[in-house]
This record gives sequence, C-alpha cells and structure tokens, in this order.
Amino acid sequence: MKFKGKVWKFKNDVNTDEIISARFLNTQDPAELGEHCMEDIVADFSKKISRGDIIVAGKNFGCGSSREHAQLAIKGAGVSCVIAESFARIFYRNAINVGLPILEIDSTSDIQEGDYLEVDLDKGTLLNLSENKEYNAQPLPKFIQEIIKSGGLLKWIRLRQRRSSKKIGYGGQVRKGKRCTR
Amino acid sequence: MAYTITEKILLAHTDKKSITPGDFIYAKIDLALGNDITAPIAIKEFKSAGAKKVFDRKKIALVPDHFTPAKDKKSAEQARILKDFADEQDIENYFEVGRMGVEHALLPEKGLVGPGDLIIGADSHTCTYGALGAFSTGIGSTDLAAGFITGCVWLKVPESIKFVYSGKLGKWVGGKDLILYTIGDIGVDGALYKAMEFTGETICKLPMDDRFAMCNMAIEAGGKSGIIEPDEITRKYIRSEGRNVKGVFFKSDKDARYCDVREYDVSKIEPQVSAPHLPSNARPASKFKNVKIDQSVIGSCTNGRITDLRIAAKVLKGKKINSRVRLVVLPATQKIYSQAIKEGLADIFMNSGGVFSTPSCGPCLGGHLGILAKGERAIATTNRNFRGRMGHPESEVYLSNPAVAAASAIKGRIAHPDEV
Repeated sequence: MKFKGKVWKFKNDVNTDEIISARFLNTQDPAELGEHCMEDIVADFSKKISRGDIIVAGKNFGCGSSREHAQLAIKGAGVSCVIAESFARIFYRNAINVGLPILEIDSTSDIQEGDYLEVDLDKGTLLNLSENKEYNAQPLPKFIQEIIKSGGLLKWIRLRQRRSSKKIGYGGQVRKGKRCTR
Repeated sequence: MAYTITEKILLAHTDKKSITPGDFIYAKIDLALGNDITAPIAIKEFKSAGAKKVFDRKKIALVPDHFTPAKDKKSAEQARILKDFADEQDIENYFEVGRMGVEHALLPEKGLVGPGDLIIGADSHTCTYGALGAFSTGIGSTDLAAGFITGCVWLKVPESIKFVYSGKLGKWVGGKDLILYTIGDIGVDGALYKAMEFTGETICKLPMDDRFAMCNMAIEAGGKSGIIEPDEITRKYIRSEGRNVKGVFFKSDKDARYCDVREYDVSKIEPQVSAPHLPSNARPASKFKNVKIDQSVIGSCTNGRITDLRIAAKVLKGKKINSRVRLVVLPATQKIYSQAIKEGLADIFMNSGGVFSTPSCGPCLGGHLGILAKGERAIATTNRNFRGRMGHPESEVYLSNPAVAAASAIKGRIAHPDEV
C-alpha cells in the first residue's frame, strides 16, 4: 500500500479526547465522527484537510481511551496514514485491528507541516517529497503483518479458524479442561 | 525460569510451556467487558463477521455506565444495543440502570473478577482489576468483538516495571496520590507497553480501594496493565459481602526480570494535584492554593468507592461549600450509593450544598451531570485532565484525591484538607 499526501503536524501525547471529543461519542458513524476529528486542537481540521493527507506526530500518539471512535474519526476525516515516534498501546492495536495504516519512525522532528510525503507501507519507507529525504520506519512485527494482510482482526480469526482443526468460536468452545477460577 | 506475576498469569492462559516478554500470544480470557460507548461497535463487528453466538454467555459483562441514565436520544439508542444483545445472547452479566455502576467499581464488587484472571475490557481503565492480582487490560471494540466470538485475545507479553513503595503514608495521602506522584515521575508514556507492578511494604498494607485507584491509572502512564500481588487483604475482599471468588494467587519469583525498578519513600509524598492538561503534571496540593475552582467532582472508576466517599464526608461534615462552587458527588455503584445513604454520607454532601447523583461516569469524560463552560475550572477525583475532557475545550480539570476535592469545594480554590 502506498500513500501520498500533505502533512498535518501534531505534538507529543495527542490524546483520544483531542482526536475525537467524548461529547461526540453517541454515534459510530465514521463520516459524522470525522467531521469533529481534532477540532479542539485544530479548528475546522476536517474542512481544511484533503482526502489522503497524513498525520505526523511526536511520541505517544493516541494516549487515553480505548475507543475505536478515534481511529474511525481519523479515517472518516479522510486521513490516509498516521506516522509517529511512538503510539499509545491501545491506539496501536486498534489501528491494526481496524486497518488504519500507522508507522513508527525514530524522529519526526524534521518533517514540517505542509510537506508532501510518500509512504510505502509494504517496504516501510517514507519519502519526504518536499525535502527530498528518506526515512526508514520500524518494520511491523510478523504477527501484526499477518493480521494486516488478512484484512483486520476479524478476518484473521476467520482464516485461523478455517486453518485450525479445532473448532473455535462461532458458538464453539475454545477452552478445554483449563483451569477456571470459579 | 523465573517469572513476574504478569508473565505467570499470561502463561497460565496459553498452551505454551514458557513465555518471554516480546512474545505474541493468543490467550484465553476469563471475562470480556464492554460499555455503552464501546460495545455497540463490537456488537456491530460481531454481527458483520457472521458470528451467531458468543463464546460463553457467562464470561461477558455489559455495563451501560458512560452516558446513562441516557443523557439524550442517541445515547439511549446506544444503550439499547447492549440490552438487545444481552437478550439475544442470554448474557447474565448485563446491568441495567438501577443495578448498574461504573464498570470498574461494579465488576469487583459483584465478584466477577478475581486473582489470576485474564480480563479484557473495551475501556482503557480495565487495568483496574490488577488490584486483585489479575492481568487486566484495555482493548478496542474490534478486539472485544473477537473476544466475544473466540474467547481469546492476541497479546504481546509486556516487560514489567517494578515500583517499590516504602514508608508510612501521611494523613490525607492515599493510593490516588501514590499513582499521581508516580505518573509525575515517569510521565504519561513512562510505562508505554509495560506492566506496572506495584509492591513494597506500603502496598502490603494498602486498603483495597486505594489499590483499585492505583491500578486504575496505570494507563495514564501508558501502561498495559497495573498489578499488585494478591495477599490477605485481597483474600478478605473477594470473600466478603457475599462474594465467593476463589482465584489463583500468583506471586512474582524473587529473581524475575524487570526492565526497570523504581523506589519511593511515601512518607515524603503530600496529597498530589495534577494540573491541566496531563495527569503527569503532578505536584503537592499546597502548590496550587491560588487556583480558584468552579466545580468539584467526587466519583469515577478511580475514586467513587465507599472509602473515597467516607474521606470526602469527613472533610465536609458540618461545613458549607463555597457559594460559587458546584460539588457533584457520584457514587460509583448502586451499592455504594445505598451504603452512603445508610451511613449518613449523602446527608453530609447535600447539607454542605452539594449534589448526590445516581451512579454514572457522568462528567468524567464530558458526558453529562456537570459539564464545564468555557473558561471554567474543576478539581476532580477522576483520572484524566486532557483538554476539553469535562466540557468546553477551554475549560480545565485538576486531578486529586477525594479529601483535596472536598476541601477545595469548601474553600472555592484548590486547598489542602488541613486548611478546612
């Protein structure tokens, strides 16, 4: 997967309430959530961005809540990919599980707002077209690549179930004689 | 092979013979939790995956606690999705308004979580149950849907950081202050991807409700989980008030590996206040005496338990709150609500000029029951003070323990409990 887009630059520790304020959480519609994405820290963010634009942030992006509304809002706003120095752990796994492309690079400090980036997810490379610089992203662990290649967690589970001789899930039982706490 | 308590619990929930931090595992879960914000998405995903039945109707908990009693039509629709799913799947642990409570206070109270369990919850503060010696972590709605279907979760085995607390706690200092101080020390990503193990002589004597408050906020340091080795205090809790949880009492091996060890002398720790807009902005409450407040919130999954309410009532008894301040007290569960009435705590709150609300997450995440206007400032016993968390993007939240929140309501500014 390749993406090309304009950079919107964010600070360290962007939290889930900033990505989508809890006051909008009484819906699950990505388009509706997307309209309010980042609006408390960048006024009219959803109106300003173009489809395919890229969020670039410092460390600990997405800290706070476990709500997938954050990923849905980012996708709903039309953002193609999020690049950060690190991600909060629940944000990281949610992004993988719902198929929001993310990449970690060592430092995002010399990527400026308005730069144009080309991201190659498969290769894990990042090209700053404005600065003519290339960055290498941390390769995603194999296990995670497997989930992404399957098309998300639920599809990965289906594939796993098909492959497995043991029947799990879909009303089947997964635990066999294992300790139960009560 | 020497293991931490976290590694032992994870290992016990896989078919593996050994485990190392960094391993990806597919682990069996003892309980999967969702609320009125996160479960609707999980249920939608569950259905779109073509699943017909949950893996075990007794190992799922659905708690409509965030925007309930429904604050508006849309919230009512969200809560309705949980109820319909609970009906359809015959889920035992669905808690309707009136029997409901803030999920992370409710599940331990009901005896649904216990030592040695592996619990996932589509709520970041699911890490709370580590206080009972469980591995417990927040996940997203897709993970929850997957958990509903398979009874399993994928996890990366975390490294552990050991936090050792020694010394005697000062007056008005509790678990909330220890965790705010710790987050202030390591930062909001200081424990990113890690398990936080709280230990030491202070923790061994720490009451259960304080342990819940500590583990509850592990996520605010980026932690995957917080955990305290179960002991006699844990045993007493899980066997009291009609609970009969057995549990498995795991302990960390003496030579278990930690990626970091941090030690604190708690006798030097004063009641803490975290300034906007990060929980890591923690300093002694006495440093904030010039900060005027418009609202004081006592409640939440961090500090809405009975001992929290008792402490607040002790400060407020016979006193009136400042005439320009709103005090909102939200007991975390119906049982705590009822107990607070029986003990006369509700009267103390109301006589002081405060409101005593039905259980709800309410204003903690800016839902309802006390939203801040532009420029307003609150002190709250909640867990997050992110920008706009309790209302207007230009409002502010200061975090504290219940005694400081109560004292501040009286003074109309942030105050140390000794001042009132």
